[in-house]
Amino acid sequence: MLGLGADRLRADMNRLLAFLFHQGILDEQFLQLQQLQDESSPNFVSEVVNIYFHESEKLLRNLRSLLMDREFSDYKKMRIHLNQLMGSSSSIGAKRVRNVCVAFRAASEQNNRAGCLRALEVLEHEYCFLKNKLHELFQIEQQRVLAAGVRYPMQN
Amino acid sequence: MGMAAESQFHVLAVDDSIIDRKLIERLLKTSSYQVTTVDSGSKALKFLGLHEDGATNPNTSSVSPNNHQEVEVNLVITDYCMPGMTGYDLLKKIKESSSLKNIPVVIMSSENVPSRISRCLEEGAEEFFLKPVRLSDLNKLGPHMLKTKFKDHNQKREKQEEKAAFQSPKRQEQEEQHQHQQQLLQQQSNNNKRKDIEEGLSPERTRPRYSGITAAV
Repeated sequence: MLGLGADRLRADMNRLLAFLFHQGILDEQFLQLQQLQDESSPNFVSEVVNIYFHESEKLLRNLRSLLMDREFSDYKKMRIHLNQLMGSSSSIGAKRVRNVCVAFRAASEQNNRAGCLRALEVLEHEYCFLKNKLHELFQIEQQRVLAAGVRYPMQN
Repeated sequence: MGMAAESQFHVLAVDDSIIDRKLIERLLKTSSYQVTTVDSGSKALKFLGLHEDGATNPNTSSVSPNNHQEVEVNLVITDYCMPGMTGYDLLKKIKESSSLKNIPVVIMSSENVPSRISRCLEEGAEEFFLKPVRLSDLNKLGPHMLKTKFKDHNQKREKQEEKAAFQSPKRQEQEEQHQHQQQLLQQQSNNNKRKDIEEGLSPERTRPRYSGITAAV
């Protein structure tokens, strides 16, 4: 009996991925990342995604502290953070997060502080959702790798 | 074929985004290139052996006039939007430098701005890639790097042939073969460049920017 658990876990992973693509949370750039992962770079996707999490949380904190400041007026500075977040989201295939950044940027170009705050709320929510789903994906993948490595003794 | 077996091509990648650096490094390594990444235009120039004001660094070892850097760089690929020195500024500095101007330069950008694309191509960029860059984009790099190798190689060979009093018929045939290959590569890279300009302007290549927004602000 070899790796039946692995097959089921692979199916779970594919189902989750299909859901994420269907909902527009991820796009084909994420597939490109997966294609770049191989034996010479077996953890590539999780490495990139973890860098993305680290960078994004820094940027989100910056955005929030800018907007919470009552004296806030530096929309240009805010757009710098926003562009960075937009770029990195696009690079890993985080389509929905990226689209919220676009709407956020539009509000900032109109110096619309209230609109920016609303956009930031949505952004934080979408980011949280994405992070949870990707963690779930990595967990299933880890379990699958373990399950695929299980060997049961042959019965003679 | 008469050409010495060359080691891998070496690409210098410039991007201020750590994620994009990681991505482009992986893409390039997957395509079997040697990679060095730096996070700014000024660091790129330093690596190439050039000060920002255009003067060559006297401390980097230099044996031949074409080799001011320790390690040979066969192509520079750079992001357009960077704080301080932009990719366009870096491109200009490389093309204005007598020692570096033959290094092919490729620009990457997340924005599809036709005027930006044509400005870069006019300044001497070989290609303009829209981000996120794909593996298929990198297939266009080979001809540009090969072309430079052929040019360098032919220049060296011409020098050797001037010294030789007698040119054997076999050598003549090889030289013609090289020139023919060079023409083919030139043609190929011209086609690719045209395709890129078209891709830069065509709507299909533009990422859908406003579709799928579920949040109203």
